[in-house]
Amino acid sequence: MAKTGTDLVKRGMAEMQKGGVIMDVVNAEQAKIAEEAGAVAVMALERVPSDIRAAGGVARMADPTITEEVLNAVSIPVMAKARIGHIVEARVLEAMGVDYIDESEVLTPADEEYHLNKSEFTVPFVCGSRDLGEAARRIGEGASMLRTKGEPGTGNIVEAVRHMRKVQSQVRKLISMDLDEVMTFAKDLGAPYDVLLQIREAGKLPVVNFAAGGVATPADAALMMQLGADGVFVGSGIFKSDNPAKFAKAIVEATTHYQDYKLIAELSKGLGAPMKGIDIASLSPENRMQERGW
Amino acid sequence: MKIGVLALQGAVQEHARIVEAVGAEAILVKRVEQLAELDGLILPGGESTAMRRLIDRYDFLEPLKAFGEAGKPIFGTCAGMILLAKRINNQETSHLGLMDVTVERNAFGRQVDSFETELEIKGVAEDFPAVFIRAPYIIEAGSGVEVLSEDTGRIVAARDGHYLATAFHPELTADTRLMGYFVEMVKDAAVKT
Repeated sequence: MAKTGTDLVKRGMAEMQKGGVIMDVVNAEQAKIAEEAGAVAVMALERVPSDIRAAGGVARMADPTITEEVLNAVSIPVMAKARIGHIVEARVLEAMGVDYIDESEVLTPADEEYHLNKSEFTVPFVCGSRDLGEAARRIGEGASMLRTKGEPGTGNIVEAVRHMRKVQSQVRKLISMDLDEVMTFAKDLGAPYDVLLQIREAGKLPVVNFAAGGVATPADAALMMQLGADGVFVGSGIFKSDNPAKFAKAIVEATTHYQDYKLIAELSKGLGAPMKGIDIASLSPENRMQERGW
Repeated sequence: MKIGVLALQGAVQEHARIVEAVGAEAILVKRVEQLAELDGLILPGGESTAMRRLIDRYDFLEPLKAFGEAGKPIFGTCAGMILLAKRINNQETSHLGLMDVTVERNAFGRQVDSFETELEIKGVAEDFPAVFIRAPYIIEAGSGVEVLSEDTGRIVAARDGHYLATAFHPELTADTRLMGYFVEMVKDAAVKT
C-alpha cells in the first residue's frame, strides 16, 4: 500500500536537492529567474532576511498570495517559512501544497520554549542548527533536512562556517567515541540519546545539511560545499545584487564545481557590488537571529 | 565494468554506493571527457530543470546523446527518466530524447503526495521498495518499449533496448536488485559492441 509522509519520502525529497542551490524569492518574476538560473528550489517569502532585519517588528509567514503566486510560477519545489512553534502557520502552508517548510529563526518565534512536532506533518521540514545538540533535537522532532543558521541577512559567511564546522567536528567526535561515553555526550549537548546512537552507527547525519545564512558570493557557496555542506541556501544575496540572473547562475555553478578554482574566478568576474554586509560583532545579541531556537 | 553517475546535481552518492555494492566501479561524472571511459551511465534523481541548465552550460547534451546512440546503456531515475524521454507532456522540447516514451512531470502531485510502496518489476523483483518523490510517470510508451512495472495503472518502470528508466528512486533504499539488472544490461552491451 502507498504510504505518504514517511521518513524516507520526506528525507528523500531533500536528498534530491543535494549539490543544488535554494534561492529566496519574493514574487513570481524572481522565482522564474531562479528556476532559469538552475535553482533546485525556491523559498517564497514576503521579504528577504536583510529587509526583515531593516524593517524590524514582528516577521510572520508570508501573505499566502505571494506563496500561491510562486507555487504557480515554477515547476521546481517551493519552500516557505513558518515561525518557530507556530502550528497553524505550518498547517496553512501544508494545506496550500508547499513542498517543504522552513521552521525559521528568520521570522519572529511564536513559541519561545517549544518547536513544532514535525513528525506529525505530511509535509517535510527544514530547520537551522548551530551544533550537533540542536541538530539532533530537530531530528528528534521530525525535521527531514537541516541547514546552518549562519546569521541571515548579513552577507557575512562567518557564522555559517562556524556552524558547519561545529556540527561536522561533533559528528566526527561522536563516531570515534566509545559507546560508554555517548550518554554523557548526549547530556552535555542536550541531544536525544537515540538520535546520537543512530548517527554513530550510520557514521553520518541521517538527513542532509545545507549551508544557509550569509552566503554572499560564488566563493562563499563553494567554501560551504568544501566544508561539507550538501547544498546551499542563498537568501538576500541574489536579489540584492546588481545583476540577479547572472549572480544566481554564478552561485549555481560554483556550488556544482566547488573545487574548480579557475571556473570560480571566471564566475566571480564583473558580478557588480555584492551586498554590503554586516560585521557580526556589531550586532547586539537581541538582533542575532541565530540565538532564536531552543 | 565502469558505470558513471552524472554528478551535476542530485542523489549522486546514493547511486554510486549501490553501483559499488553490486561489484561495479562507480565514476562521478562532472566533465564531458569522463564519458569516454564508461561502459554505462546513470542519470540520477534531482531536479530535471536544474540538471538541464548545467548540462547546457558544460556542453553535455550532444556527448550524452552520442553516448546513448553508440549503444552504451543509460539508466535514468525520476529526473533522469525525464532527461531520457523523447517527449514531455505539455512541453515542446525534450532533453536527450533517447527513449521512446512520453512522460508527465510531477505527475503524482506535490511533495505532500509523494509516497513509498512495493512494486512488482518484471524480471527484477515481486516486492521492490519504491520511493516516489514529486515523481513523473510514463503516459505513453512506444511499441518497442517493454513496460517493466505499473503502479495503479501508471507506467513507472520501462526499458527501451539499452535504456532503462524508473519514476521512483531505487537509490534511496538498500535494495540492489534493480542495479543488478542494469549491470547485466551493461555487460550484454559490452559483449555486443
